[in-house]
Amino acid sequence: MRGSTKKLRTAVELEQLRARILSRRKPKKSWVSICGGTGCHAYRCEDVANALKKAIRQQELGKQVELQMTGCHGFCERGPLVVIYPERVFYQRVTSNDAPEIIAETVMKGNVIDRLLYVDPVSGKKARLESEVPFYKGQRRLVFGNNGVIDPTNIEDYIAIGGYSALSKVLFNMQPEEIIAEIRKAGLRGRGGGGFPTARKWEACRNAPSYDGIRYVICNADEGDPGAYMDRSLLEGNPHSVIEGMIIGAYAIGSHYGYVYVRHEYPLAVANLSIALEQARKYGLLGDDILGSSFDFDIKISRGGGAFICGESTALMASLEGKIGEPRPKHVHTVVSGLNGKPSNLNNVETWANVPLIINRGADWYSQIGTEGSKGTKIFSLVGKINNTGLVEVPMGITLREIIYDIGGGIPQGKKFKAIQTGGPSGGCLPESLIDLPVDFDRLTEAGSMMGSGGMIVMDEDTCMVDIARYFVKFLTEESCGKCVPCREGLDRMLDILTDITEGKGKEEDIELLEELGGVIKEASLCALGGTAPNPVLSTIRYFPDEYEAHVRERRCPAGVCKALITFNIDAEKCTGCGVCARECPQGAISGEKKKLHEIDRDKCIKCGLCRDSCKFEAITVS
Amino acid sequence: MKSGSEKVVAIVNRYGCSRDSLVSILQDIQSEYHYLSEEALRTVARQLGLPLIQVYGVATFFKAFSLKPRGEHMVSVCLGTACHVRGAPRVLDEVKRQLGIEPGKTSEDMQFSLESVNCLGACALGPIVVLDGKYHGQMSPGKVKKVLRK
Amino acid sequence: MIEIAIDGVKTRTPEGTTVLEAAREMGIIIPTLCYDPGLSPYGACRVCIVEVVKGNRSSLEASCTLPVEQEQVILTNSEKVRKARKLILELLLASCPNSKTLQDMASSMGVNKIRFKIKDRGCILCGLCVRYCKEQMKSGGIGFVSRGTSRMVGTAFEVTPEGCRNCGGCEWICPVCERACTAGYLLGGLCGGCQNLAPVETCLVCTGCSESVGSQGHKVY
Repeated sequence: MRGSTKKLRTAVELEQLRARILSRRKPKKSWVSICGGTGCHAYRCEDVANALKKAIRQQELGKQVELQMTGCHGFCERGPLVVIYPERVFYQRVTSNDAPEIIAETVMKGNVIDRLLYVDPVSGKKARLESEVPFYKGQRRLVFGNNGVIDPTNIEDYIAIGGYSALSKVLFNMQPEEIIAEIRKAGLRGRGGGGFPTARKWEACRNAPSYDGIRYVICNADEGDPGAYMDRSLLEGNPHSVIEGMIIGAYAIGSHYGYVYVRHEYPLAVANLSIALEQARKYGLLGDDILGSSFDFDIKISRGGGAFICGESTALMASLEGKIGEPRPKHVHTVVSGLNGKPSNLNNVETWANVPLIINRGADWYSQIGTEGSKGTKIFSLVGKINNTGLVEVPMGITLREIIYDIGGGIPQGKKFKAIQTGGPSGGCLPESLIDLPVDFDRLTEAGSMMGSGGMIVMDEDTCMVDIARYFVKFLTEESCGKCVPCREGLDRMLDILTDITEGKGKEEDIELLEELGGVIKEASLCALGGTAPNPVLSTIRYFPDEYEAHVRERRCPAGVCKALITFNIDAEKCTGCGVCARECPQGAISGEKKKLHEIDRDKCIKCGLCRDSCKFEAITVS
Repeated sequence: MKSGSEKVVAIVNRYGCSRDSLVSILQDIQSEYHYLSEEALRTVARQLGLPLIQVYGVATFFKAFSLKPRGEHMVSVCLGTACHVRGAPRVLDEVKRQLGIEPGKTSEDMQFSLESVNCLGACALGPIVVLDGKYHGQMSPGKVKKVLRK
Repeated sequence: MIEIAIDGVKTRTPEGTTVLEAAREMGIIIPTLCYDPGLSPYGACRVCIVEVVKGNRSSLEASCTLPVEQEQVILTNSEKVRKARKLILELLLASCPNSKTLQDMASSMGVNKIRFKIKDRGCILCGLCVRYCKEQMKSGGIGFVSRGTSRMVGTAFEVTPEGCRNCGGCEWICPVCERACTAGYLLGGLCGGCQNLAPVETCLVCTGCSESVGSQGHKVY
């Protein structure tokens, strides 16, 4: 950050600063951005970044080339990612060794390095620019796209792309009721899973009585659905978009105190958010007398402790009161009596990030995107058995087929698609027959699943749906707060039954019992964790009944997953007798002479799969 | 340990001695000492003016906290859905076998603690094992031995 | 005053009353476990659930925590309620079989089989003892510890809390407490002085559970 960091006292000063920043950034300067999301960090992107910095230094290009580590670009499967501007040449799986060449060839001479380009696995076509990559082509990255062009630890980057102009507009040109009306017109619904109309929530909170005038605005960043990490990447990559949204919301609601409750498992998000808050305060965009408007609002970060239930609004607020994360019934809504008994407005990270977008571009524009009941875009984490794993932002109404095949690139190793799980542990699994379902809040709920926070887990023919159902129930038994009987004891017994089924001990009545138990847990539980917990089980029974029957009646796992029901065999035709598997086997269960067919001792085999992993001839099969 | 509780008081004050930061305070104490001691919890309760049983309840409610000292090295195996679908349970089994302990426990020699986590948010790299903060992606049972040796 | 209909009978009741209280005033008995009129309602056992009808949809809610609402239509003993309540009792017995209170309640509802694995936790986690200690005795020495199926009532660091006055209220208010008297011996941090001196030998009213065995070795049917 350069220049003075004097607090901005008027809207005009903000615009002047913006103009100064833009003029300071010479458009002629070449600019290289490297993705700094957690996924890419795991791929050692800092090493690549350092190598690029070194190359720039060595080639004495410090004045002509700028390197920027940005927020998550979304294409996590192919990290580390490097994008060269202004053309936006797209390089994937970049290593430190590639750095000097990238600077010398692509940045300086405009020559493309073939081996770093994305190649479509089906068509074989190479994509030169980011926009040509099929993964990005199908997306509409209105909220998430900015991640790739800003350094999240530098507020001036955010201001340069128009950041805080929505806040300025709201503070000086709009009344709170107008803001709420605009959000209502836009049709924004909560992105955390509930899909509740945001404007209605804001209005209810604004109108709820508070004798001392205290109201809270809270950001739910306790993203607990396993497999979903959109909120994490938004907070890491563009924290200001969330901050700006919260300030606007606070102004509309009449709140002066804000919290961001974030999972402790997200250290980078906490770090970048802290930096962003500090900088926002320094620039007079947060704290007392924001932009000289006399509106006071500040935000505090509060970390979670590893409890999925704290993503539930009343449990989250209990945690913020220094208590255990125990939910309470919501007959009196949290917007009326929430944190510390005051009216509290809780929204998800992505919901907040949509707010500046709506204010800047207008509700009319926003409501053109999406479907009748679900406006705007949604960021999904597309993971599991899919070629292009990553974060995708698509307009509501896009079909599952388009997401899985056009953007996701289909199933790896040519396997067959089996199901897609949406909504995390509260959602359900949708089969192939529903693959043309448009993705929107109501359609997904009708089909027996739900939008949830945005996790989309793709499963193929090698996934056992009973095992998946058991996985989710196990997850929820570990996360249940334990307060109410149906959830605590009911889910535990559901797990017992599912475990028996996967171990070949299932009884004929079990499937019906699961349905009965599931029904009562859904209806009688105190909170939404219990209320939605049976969904994965009920949806897999609904769409994959033959798999359950195979496990119970035939003691067979069609997908070859459930350990007790499978046996490992060595294919006589393929085995070369190399002996690698015998060495790998931790139980010494494989025997055989050199160059002769080896054999697995069934009694000793623990089905760990190490042999299958080590066999280079694919001679080990599972039945 | 006098210096011990002084440090704890400092941590509490860092968060403005405020109840809304109880979990954050406990996190920092846990990072510092690798566990939450009785002394630390009593100090926190006293400083924040909270009933001891409430602080104790919070300390035992959240998975992040351990009331028993943890090992030198923390091994976390991600069991998120994406990792599960890619075979994480088999990786966990192998880690359990190699370390000789169950998740949530520490090895006899206090060298290793094992925990399973429900999604670290790096799903493209699944299955993942994190050793002392370093991520090891695309794990398979065969790779476990090598990673642990490091 | 708010007008609601419970089991087809209309009644008027002040705002702020719960459906359970309103029903009791009318003489309608809704079974409860974690409720006590002298303590704050908790809504944990879910035994007091009632059906709330709204148009052509209905939901089950715990009546002890459900505030009355104008024109509410409540059914306390519909088929939906009975089915759910029976299963909840089954789950309760599966987690705390040696309780005469639960056995009586279950048999009055016609529960005669427990289809789930019996895992005796010795406690239904109703929280009455916790609330009694906190709200009545203003001591607050016991509370909930851990979570999920590991959740239990305990004291900090498993020692008798400093403020404990040995009132025995926690044991007295417990709806399922069947512990043998252990006066003078700290059991999990709770003081001695158990009120229930005679453990249940056989159940006078059977539930048909095929796995529960009473302390005399009789099969409890």
